[in-house]
This record gives sequence, C-alpha cells and structure tokens, in this order.
Amino acid sequence: MTTLLQQIANGLVLGATIGLIALGYTMVYGIIQLINFAHGEVFMVGTFGGLAVWRWVLPEDVRDDWYISLPAMLLGSIVVAVVIAVLMERFAYRPLRNAPRLAPLITALGVSVALQEAVRLWFPDADAAQPYPRVFIESQIKIGPVELEATEVLLIVVSIILAILLQAYVNKSKLGRAMRATSQDPDTARLMGVNPDRVIVVTFILGAALAGVAGVLYGANINNVDTAIGFQNGIFAFTAAVLGGIGSLRGAVIGAFIIGLIKTLGGQYLPGGTQYDYVWIFVILILVLVFRPQGLFGEAERVRA
Amino acid sequence: MRNQTVKAAAVVAAGLLLLSACSSNKTETPAGGGDNQACDTSKGTLIVGVIAPLSGELSALGKGIENSASLAVDQANEKCTIDGYKLQLQAEDDQKTPQLGAQAATKLSSTPNVIGVVSTLNSSVSQSVQPVFDQAGILQISPANTADALTKGEDPNNPKRAYSTYFRTCTVDGLQGPYAADYLVKDAGKKKIAIITDGLTYGEGLADSFTARATTNGAEIVTRQKIGEKDTDFSGVIAAIKPSAPDALYYGGQYPQAGPLSKQLASAGLDIPVMGGDGIFDPEYIKLGGREGDLATSVGAPTEELDSAKAFVDAYEAKGYAESFSAYGAFSYDAANVIIASAAKVVEGKEWSDDMHKDVVTAAQDYSGEGATGPVGFDEYGDSKNKTLTVYQVTSGAWKSVKTGEFEG
Repeated sequence: MTTLLQQIANGLVLGATIGLIALGYTMVYGIIQLINFAHGEVFMVGTFGGLAVWRWVLPEDVRDDWYISLPAMLLGSIVVAVVIAVLMERFAYRPLRNAPRLAPLITALGVSVALQEAVRLWFPDADAAQPYPRVFIESQIKIGPVELEATEVLLIVVSIILAILLQAYVNKSKLGRAMRATSQDPDTARLMGVNPDRVIVVTFILGAALAGVAGVLYGANINNVDTAIGFQNGIFAFTAAVLGGIGSLRGAVIGAFIIGLIKTLGGQYLPGGTQYDYVWIFVILILVLVFRPQGLFGEAERVRA
Repeated sequence: MRNQTVKAAAVVAAGLLLLSACSSNKTETPAGGGDNQACDTSKGTLIVGVIAPLSGELSALGKGIENSASLAVDQANEKCTIDGYKLQLQAEDDQKTPQLGAQAATKLSSTPNVIGVVSTLNSSVSQSVQPVFDQAGILQISPANTADALTKGEDPNNPKRAYSTYFRTCTVDGLQGPYAADYLVKDAGKKKIAIITDGLTYGEGLADSFTARATTNGAEIVTRQKIGEKDTDFSGVIAAIKPSAPDALYYGGQYPQAGPLSKQLASAGLDIPVMGGDGIFDPEYIKLGGREGDLATSVGAPTEELDSAKAFVDAYEAKGYAESFSAYGAFSYDAANVIIASAAKVVEGKEWSDDMHKDVVTAAQDYSGEGATGPVGFDEYGDSKNKTLTVYQVTSGAWKSVKTGEFEG
C-alpha cells in the first residue's frame, strides 16, 4: 500500500512538470493550430538560463539563501525562455502564418534541433550532464506513509497554482478573451478589433514563462540537467496535451497528471517493470487517439466555414 | 523580381555548401621531414587511430583516452621509435553509439597507413566495431571494454575467441563483478543487495557476474530492475526497490546516471551505499550526486600508486591537457604503446604496406613489456594478463582506493 501511494505521489510530481510544459503546447495549438515541437527546448533553455544565473550572476554569499537565489533563477529562466520564444515566433513562425500546415511543423522541428545544438555548443560544458543546485529547503516531507522531497511538493503546488491562475487569466481578462476569440474564429476576432499578432505573441510568452518556471523547478528537483531533457519532457508534454484534448487548458493539466501516474504505476505494476514505462504512456496515447481523437476534454474538430 | 533574388541566393548557398563539403577533413599531413629534425621521417606517416566518445556525456573518459594515446604518439615521435616514419593520431568520435562507432571504424579501416586503433570505451559500441576491424585485419586494442563476451564469446562455459584482431589492456567484468561481490558481502558485510542496470551490454554483464558471486557468498539479491539509458528521474525505480529494504545497491552502468541515482536514493529516504563498476569510477560521479561511502571497482591498480605510472602521470601533466586522464588514460597509453611497438617490430628496415596489418596483430599477441598500468601482455583470448582490480570509496569528496589485488578464483 505504501508503495502504491508513493508511486502515486511520484506520478503527481512528474505530472506537475509535464503539465506546465503541456500548457504551452496546448495554448499555442489553440491559437494557431501549430504543434510547437520546439516548446520542449524552450523548457530546456529556461533550465540552463536559471543555471547561468546561478553560476555567473549570483554572488557567492547569497547562493545558499534559497529565498533569494530561487526567485533570481526563476526570473532568469523566465526571461531567457520568453526571449527565445518571442524570437522563435517572430522569425520562424510568423512568416509561415499563411503557409500550408506542414511548413511551420517542419520549421518547429528545425528550431528544436537548432536550440538543442546551440545550447550544447555554446553553454560551457553543456556537452555532459551538469549538476543543478537544489535551491530550496533541503528536507523530506512525510505525508502519511509517503515521503517526498520539499522540492517535489513545491513543484506540485506551484504547478497547480499557475494552472489555476492561467485559467482565470484566460477566462476573465481582456487579453484572455481576445485569446479565446482568436482560437474560436480568427477572422471574426479580427473583425471585432483583436490584433492577432499581439495575441499570438502573448500566448507564446505565457507558454514560455510557464516552461521557464518548470525548468528551474525540474532542475532543482532532479539536480542534474543536460541538453536532452527538452526533447524527452517535450514528448511527454505533447502526449499529455493530446490526451487531455489539445486546445483545452484543463485537459493539458489533467492529461499531464494522468501521464505521470501511468508512467510510475505502469513501471511498478505492469509486466516489464520500469524499463517499459514509456511503452504504456504511448499505448494509452494511441488508444485515446483511436477511440476519442479529440482527447478527454477537447471539442470534436469543427470545419470552419 | 523576388523569385530571382531567391534563386540567386539558393545558387550561392548551394555553391558554399559544395565548397565546404569538398574541403578535406582528414587530419593527416603528407610525408616529409616537417618539424622533427632529429628523426628520419622520409618514408611517410603512420596513423594510430582512436575511437572513443569525445563529445556527449562520457566525454570526460573519452578525452582522457584520446589525450593519453596522443601522449604516447608524441613520445614515440620524439624517440623516433619507428625509423623513417612519423606517427600521427587520428581520433574519431563515437558518442557512445554503436552506429557511429561502426562508421568511425569503417572510415579508419579504409584509411591507408593505419597501424592500429585504440578503441573503444563502451562494450556495446565495441560489438559493432570489432567485425569491421577484423575484416580489415587491423589491430584493435581497447583500454576500457570490460564485457567478457567481447573476447570469450557468448557462452561463458565454452569460451571461444571471437576476433583475432581484438585485444584489451584492461581486465574483464567476469573478474570485476565477483571482486566487487567479495568486497561488498565479505568486507562490507551487506546481506540484502538490490541491483539496478541500464540495460546495456556492460551493465548487464557486470550485474550477472556480480549476482553469481554474491549469491555464492551468502548474500540475497532482493530485486533487480532496469532503467532507460536516458532516464534522469529515478523516483519510480527507487519506489520499486524500497519495499524490499535492501542494505546496498549494486549499479551496472555509467556515472551520468549513477550519480543522480545515488542522490535521489538518499532523498527518497533510502540511505544505502551504491556500488558500481569502472563505469562510475570518475570524479564526475561525485559532482553529479555520488555520496560519501559509495563504492566502485576499477581495473588495474591506482595510477597514483604504481611507480610505472608516475612517469606517465608526470608526462601527461607536463603536456597540459584540458581534461584529466581519468579512469582509462593509463590503459589507453599502454594500448597505444603496444600498437606502436608492434608496428615498429614489423616495419623494421622495411617499407610499410597495408598487407602488414596481420603481422602487427601477431606482434601484439606476443608483446610483453612494462606499461603505466604494470606488466602488459595478452593471453590466448586477447585479454590482458594483468588481472589487478581495485575497490575505491568516496571519502571526503573524492575517490580513495581501499583495496587492491587480483581476483582469486
């Protein structure tokens, strides 16, 4: 029983990381119908941005005070991730706004590879795995029989709070309304006075900010980053977004927690053990796409008039 | 108007690409006296190849191998070991992948004047490299492959030499695993051991030989799990081994995963020592999360303690390489020297031709000498006759040797 609860907790932690990244995927798809494969790399770049702040910006004596270094690294990470995302949108995706759907998809893959290699080549020592500082309280929290690191609890809490805040923003604010309008019908939205370029940039910024936060918290949790984490976690996040219904914020978060739970529980209880945990995630994805292609919370694809 | 600009740009771009592709990326220089006045290098250049992970997560080990081989080549050039020829190093990157290793091997085997190749680091990569060199008949000496199957074939009860061109200067997992088991069970007194491997050739073989010996010694292997090669989050597998309450973990794999695994074990409340093979014996392991009290075995005696190694260490440091020689530097140095000495014996007074490859292999088989790792020689399978192993423990943030010896039966 303890193992079951512990694995559920582990699954939620993984789901929290993936959820923050999946929100970026799902928002961008909702607005411009593009699967931004480079979003995983935005997460990775954010992680390294936080590491850069730790290494070269923070003075030595302040590093151990997590209440200073953690916000500083988060800020650095968000700034780097947002800058990369905005540049990406401006130079790689905007020119292809009216091109057939395949073109921006391939561009996204290209940007993904380019970012991975750029970090690997230009960030000092990024060739091998880099240790990442644990910028938080170094203690275990025991909730009943389950033992979690403080950073893991932080990750889950921050992830849920940010998801709720994002949902509130999209539902209540003016820009949020513009985003929803553009995702429902871009032409009519333009007729109503919504600037589509601005809305799209804001979407990328929000997604990148979340990915940046996820990056630093992931690094603080695992204490070890390399340039491949973007691809790996990006695949999970993409799967989660599709599972939950691509275009739906709620779906992305719930899909992410489901994926996290499948990975840990599948690795524990299903035949093949931990080596096969990826297999179960993608089996579920295939089943969902076959029987309910719009995902759990998505709407069936409407043909636009 | 716009179309014309695009077309012109495309033509220019294609032209530039063509130009860059045409430029040679061979590192060898043509024959000629060059900079070395003292030696006669009129007959040309001979190449010592290296295939190792020069980039990627194991680059610390790979660069150590490359630099040590380079040191051996430079020293041979200064001493004019092969009369009439200049020696050159050609290093290829295999990035720990079998496909790239096979490509590098093919490239080297079709390069003229290669006298031998120091390769590889990973046993899984060697499996793709061996057949290529065997077909070309080129001498291959590994400084770091420890999987038994590479020299003795798949069946441990029926050893059969697979490739006559393949040798190694390090000892094998068939001895390393049991040596670790003896230490962990008899000296450290651990009775309930969990095993995790990364699923690759090296880790699996090591874990198998460890298990057999540990069980004979009276310990219980409570569980055995596998993780993926690229995993960074081990919470799942740690939660899977926790219920069996092990008092030690034996890990079959490399340090980029072992380090974080050790740290996450402690975070999950399982404060047990991790023991591994030569794959985790690297200072990077400690940086990535290895804890005090973690153990590792490695091949050979500690480089710092051997007199024969001191000359190597001093020479290596004098050269000022950016990376340390790490776990396999001394073995790579010896391997390169065997290649050079064997070629020198064959070329003596004659002109090198690529038909001489098989003679170089024969000379290597009969080689006997003192190297940085101690006495160097090969048995009938191509394995090193030097079966020394050492157990190291993480003490005060660095690996310190605790026990050295030969594995006795």
